[in-house]
Order: sequence, then structure tokens, then C-alpha cells
Amino acid sequence: MEGLEKYLGEIPAWCPGCGNFAILNAFKEALAAEAIEPHRFCIVSGIGQAGKFPHYVKCNTFNGLHGRALPVATGIKLANHGMLVVAVGGDGDMYGEGGNHLLHAMRRNIGVKLFVHDNQIYGLTKGQASPTSMEGMVTKNQPFGVLSEQLNPMAMAVALDCGFVARGYAGDHEHLKALIRSALNYDGFSLVDILQPCVSLNKVNTWEWYGKRVYHIGDDHDSRDRVKAFEKALEWGDRIPIGVIYRNDRPCFEKKIPVISGEPLVNTTGKWEDLKEKLSASLREFY
Amino acid sequence: MDYTLKIGGEAGQGIQTIGDALTKVFSRLGYHVFTNQDYESRIRGGHNFYQIRLSDREVRAPRRPLDILVAFDRASIVLHERELVEQGIIVYDSSLLKESFEGPQFLDIPFAKLATDTGAKRITANTVATGAILGMLGFPLEPLYDIIKGLLKRKDDETREQNRLAALAGYEYATKNCGRCAFTLNPSGAPKMLVGGSDAIGFGALAGDCRFYSAYPMTPSTGIMLFLSSRAKEYGLIVEQAEDEIAAINMALGASFAGVRSMTGTSGGGFALMVEGLSLAAITETPIVIALAQRPGPATGLPTRTEQADLFFALNAGHGEFPRVIFAPGDPEQAMSLTAKAFNLSQKYQIPVFVMTDQYLADTQWTLDSFSLDDLPMRDWRAAAEELDGLDEYRRHALTSTGVSPFGIPGKTRHVVVTDSDEHSEAGHIIEDAETRRKMVEKRLFLKMDNIRNEISPPLFLGSKEPETVLVSWGSTYGVVREAVELMAEYKMAMIHFSEVFPLPDLTAFDYVEVLKRAGRTICIENNATGQFARLLRDETGYSVTDMILRYDGRPFLVEELLEEISGRT
Repeated sequence: MEGLEKYLGEIPAWCPGCGNFAILNAFKEALAAEAIEPHRFCIVSGIGQAGKFPHYVKCNTFNGLHGRALPVATGIKLANHGMLVVAVGGDGDMYGEGGNHLLHAMRRNIGVKLFVHDNQIYGLTKGQASPTSMEGMVTKNQPFGVLSEQLNPMAMAVALDCGFVARGYAGDHEHLKALIRSALNYDGFSLVDILQPCVSLNKVNTWEWYGKRVYHIGDDHDSRDRVKAFEKALEWGDRIPIGVIYRNDRPCFEKKIPVISGEPLVNTTGKWEDLKEKLSASLREFY
Repeated sequence: MDYTLKIGGEAGQGIQTIGDALTKVFSRLGYHVFTNQDYESRIRGGHNFYQIRLSDREVRAPRRPLDILVAFDRASIVLHERELVEQGIIVYDSSLLKESFEGPQFLDIPFAKLATDTGAKRITANTVATGAILGMLGFPLEPLYDIIKGLLKRKDDETREQNRLAALAGYEYATKNCGRCAFTLNPSGAPKMLVGGSDAIGFGALAGDCRFYSAYPMTPSTGIMLFLSSRAKEYGLIVEQAEDEIAAINMALGASFAGVRSMTGTSGGGFALMVEGLSLAAITETPIVIALAQRPGPATGLPTRTEQADLFFALNAGHGEFPRVIFAPGDPEQAMSLTAKAFNLSQKYQIPVFVMTDQYLADTQWTLDSFSLDDLPMRDWRAAAEELDGLDEYRRHALTSTGVSPFGIPGKTRHVVVTDSDEHSEAGHIIEDAETRRKMVEKRLFLKMDNIRNEISPPLFLGSKEPETVLVSWGSTYGVVREAVELMAEYKMAMIHFSEVFPLPDLTAFDYVEVLKRAGRTICIENNATGQFARLLRDETGYSVTDMILRYDGRPFLVEELLEEISGRT
């Protein structure tokens, strides 16, 4: 696809064959299709293999701490709601370390687009179980198999009335690209959980494993019906649905804040004369 | 003229309302006022008090002797009766306490009955009491009417009228029945500003163009957030109550990265959660101001009490080595200007700056004649778009002679702004090489710190010019130490107070180490158990104080107690 050169970033340090490359390509193509210039959007990430993502896309970047991408993204969006703010992380980053922030980002419905690279394992720290690892999976650190139940991020998001809830698959390029574009265009908080194999460390959930199971959610699914969406979100096993599971029309958080009903906050700062007048008035209130 | 009133009672009885109304009357009449509060970690019940010191000269600390004790509970009498001066008065309502007390010091005023006689609810007894105290002191009642109007602006006319009559009833009753009341009222000056510790930090933040405040409520820092929330609309400021302190500091960093001056506030336990975020601010060179309102620890400690035991925590918090600035204002006026200065330095050098207070200072109110806006450092340190757009490339962490890189704002230039919690290149991308790492450490730490030191003002030096004894203090002990020095003037005593505590002021403008060395005795006065500031002073200058007076029971120093301590060591 043409027009991708402008998003050219650093050379990725991922393993050859990693599912992340497919996500990176789909993401860049979605940006090009939406004609979003590199300096017009910002990617916030944390730590993990997915945390390196923004370095591989030319864009405004805040690569922060493990689990903390969403609060940083929230701050950026509130300071400049005119900017497209994307958060990227892995299953450990977003569902483990940053779990609390995810719950509250959904509650707020802050206009941040979250893409989770979900490979059901810890990559950067070499193969420990993640919150989405399947029960019973044996790893070096879980010699008796994973004892906790697998987290279902889709069902959790529907339960929390998250604005936009979707699942993609790294191995289905056109479908993923379309999903990313829908998420980018959604007003409030969008969660796209992207299944991807970890070719080095996850020997269970492989390209083949996913390939046999994923299927496109059809037109017969009403993504605005929360109960039906919850049913769809619970599907996992022999058949795994990909596509938009749920969406609603809750107003986004930043539109509910009267202070920024007009210009973005950042455009209104540093107006010293105006500030001095307000301060003089406030001083009078102390008498 | 120097009177102290104490209003004691259970939480929920309205002692704060009475205290606030009286204080406002005094400051509007032009008197100097100092108030402080003592309360428990509960919404109803327990024993709390609100203490007001009232004078025709400047007052900066609480005293022990009481001229008037207003008792809304039995505990107020049991606990504080012995603090009464010889001609002092305890005013109470025997119907509320369900008990009568004998003795010339007791004045029984039927607050509740006088209130209900006006047709008002029983809670209006507070207004009766407020009127009664003004009557006892011999002040005019009219200023209170204005204050009642303000306090009850959301209520109906009938309620306001009932309160006016209630205040009058209390006032007249006290004037008629207080045989002991003989207060001398000296002439006062012009009406004064009345500023609380938390509000002062909030005002300083506004003056520093703070436009984003994210925090999780925690005593004693919550007052700052409440002040800013109440001004959010007027100043175009976002105040976001975060899900936890980790989110609070990260949100503030996000907003700051996006070009908006940002702040968070908390107490020790919450700051413990913020520490990784502090380190993040450092490596990403994102400006942030952190208000750290101390309370006694460890852990939950004494949630509503005071201590100055987190200096070393703030000083050493965060993994890795990086520059920081710590301010510890001694009074609201310092809090206003230092908080504004914190925003300026934080953005100028792209570093974290702390404003440290404690429960004591947060909950005190002081009078000021005025506050000048002329000396505020109103300057924008962000790189202008035109400046950056002309460049072939923009590097967020470019190496410069000062260590400070142009602060580009994402979306405000045609270039991208890239930063990382990993060690990074000038362009902000992850690196592994030793050479870049070394340069980045030197840029962030050494180059910046050299210039930051020049921004720090000398400590306050007051009292004898050739002192034999020097009292050393930092932060909230300023007021009580100053009163002690003034009261012991004949002993060739002086004080050196530090409100800009890290980095310590250099010695070029004022060689305070020389003054300390020349004095025979130097006493560091701190609200902690180990003398943290004394240790910082020793570490940074090599000078050790000869003595320390430390208080770590969760309570502030009172003037008389400090005088006794100092005299005891002469």
C-alpha cells in the first residue's frame, strides 16, 4: 500500500515471525487510509514487546511505565482533545499490571483507542503465564499449569458497558485493518483485543491454533444489544469470534467537561495578562 | 492585645462553622488572626477543636493559654479547663451538655433555647454562640450579618433572618450576662486577607498557570484539590479525581507532556504509590509539581495529625539518580509564591518540584495585609511552534550546554515529540549504548543541577545580628520559631528558616553556615523524631547543629512549649 513511508519508524526488535509485525502493518495502513499525519496523533505505551510499538511508527510517542499507559493517555487526551490518542500494550501490561486503570478508562469512556496485543503469554520476561493464558497451560514458572481462570477481556468490557469492544486477529490482515479504522473513528473509549501468536514462547496458541478457530462475526450479530454481546463475548474454545462484539453511544468523557467544551486546554494556557486579572479577583475573595 | 479562643466539641457539631465565621469577622475588622485545628479521623463524634488567636500585631503560631473556651462537649472542659488564664471564661449551654458547672469562670448561655425561640432549628445554636462570643469580646455584630448572608446564600430569606435574630439574641445575652468579660480592644488596621494553608497552595498553583490537577483524596492534601475544583470553571482548569495515586501522577504527566502545566497532591502513603511515576517524570523530563502534605506515618499513622517526617522520603524517592527541587513553605504567603515558583522551575528545567506542607500548616489560617502579583514568574518555557518548525528535525532530548532541551509540544509543531521511560537517544528512542547513557545522565543530572542551584533563594535570617543562639527550622515550624525568637530577644537569639530546602541555598548571597559556626549554640527545631533537616544540612554543608528540639507526638509546637524547651536547655 502507498503512503506508508511517512510512518516509517525505528527498526523493530521483535522476533522474526512475531504476530506484532502483522499488527504494525495493519495499523499503519489504517492510519494511511484515514489520512492521519504523524504529528497529529500520539501513541502511549507501557512495557512489554507491545510497549515498543510506538517506536516503530513515526508519531508523537510517550513510552511510559508498565501498566500505566492509560492514565498517561487520559492526561494527554484531556490536555489536548483535538489530538488522536492511541494506547498500545500487551495482555500483561493492560490486563495484569494496569488492570485498575483499564476499568476506570472504560467507566470514564475517555476518547482513547486501546489496542491490546494479546498473545496469552509474557514475551519480554520470557514465557511466564499472563492473565489471558489458558487454564492448565504449563510454563517454566507455572510447572503445575496455570491455576487461575483465563481472563475474558471482552466479557469484562461488555459488563462494564465499555463504548467499543472488538476482537481482531493478527493473521487476518484486511479484517484487522477495518477493525482498527472503526476503533479510531469511535468517539469514546475503544478496546480492540488482538489475538496474535508468540512464535518464540507460546507453543499452545500458535498461528495454526488460532487459524482453525477464529471466525468473522456476521451481520446477524446486533453489536448494540448488550445481552447478545455478552453471549458473543463468552464464546471461546473451538470457535473464537472476531469483529465488533459491542458498541454503544455513551458520550465520551472529554465532551462532558464544561471547561474544555470549546478549545483544547493546551490552546488556552500561558495567557498571563488574562491570568493576572483572574488572580486579582481571587485575591479579593480572601478579604 | 493577644487573645486566644478555643471552640471544642464533637465532629458534626459545627465548631468549624463558628470558628470560620468568627475569624472572618476579626480579619475584616482589621485584626491579625491565626487559627489552627485539631481533629480526629471521623465524621461524627470524638473531640475536636478550633483555636483562634486574635491580636492587633502579627501572630504566627498557636499559644497555650486560653481567654475563652467555648465548650460544646464535656471533653472540651475536662481536657482544656487547665489551659484557661486566670480571668478566662468557659462558655457553654448546660442544656446541651446536660450538666451545670459551678465557678466564676463558667458562663452558661442557652444557645439552643435562644435559637429555637427565633423559630429556627436547633442547629442555629451555632449562630447564637457566634453572636455571643462577639458580644463577650465587645465587637460589633454587623460584620457577622454579612458573613451569615454569604454562608447562607443558597438558603431562603426566612433562614437568613432567623440566623440574624439568633446571632443578635446570643450577642445581647452575652453582653448582659458576662460579668467577667472585660476585653481590651486596641484599634485595628485595614481589613486583612485571611488565607489557609491548603488554599494558599491552590492559589499558588493557579498563579503558576496550573491547568491540570489529578489526585486521589487523602488527608491532609485534599483541601488543595477542593480549592482548585471550586475554581475550575473560572480558571479553565481540569481537576480529575483519579482511581488511585499511580493514575494521578501518570495523568498529570500525560497532561504535562501534552503542554499543560500539571500538578498532583497527596500525603506520604499516596506518594509511596507515586514513586515510580516520579522516576518516570525524571527520565522523560516531563515537568510536574507535587504537593506532599505530610502526616505522621509509618503506613496509615495518625491520619489527621501533623509531622515533618517525609523530607528524606521526598529527597530520596524514585529509583535512579535525577534532579529535583523541594520547597517547604512556612506560612500561606510563602506557600502562594513558592508554589508559583515551583511551576516555573519545573517547566524551565523539565523536572519534578515538590511543595511540602503538613496537616498543621494545611489547616492553619493566617492574615495578610496584601499579596503582590508583580513578582510572580509568569513566563512560558515551552518551545514555540515557529522555532521548531524551522528545524530539519526535532529531538525532544537534544543535548545542550544547559542540559535543558527545547520543550516541544505534540501537535503544536510539524515534528513528532518522542519520549521514553527507557534510556533513550536525543530523539527519544530506546538505546542500549554506554556513551549515550553517560551523556544522558550528565545532561539530566549535572548540567541542570548547576543552574538550578542559582534559582534557590537564601534562607530567612531574623533576630540578633550577632547571635549566641540560632534556631534552625524548615517548613511549617517557621511561625512558632519566629515568635520564640521575638519573645527571647534579650538572649541574643536569631533564627534561620529554610523554605527552599533542596538543593540547599548556596552560600554566595548569604553564608548561613558561617553564622551558625559563630553562634555558641544552634538548635534545629523539627516536627519529627530524627532531625531530618539537621541531617540534610550536615550532609550538604558539613555543619552539624549543636542541639535539636524534636516533637513527634503528632501535634504542632505551641509557643509556650517551645519557649520552655529552649529555656530548659540554656
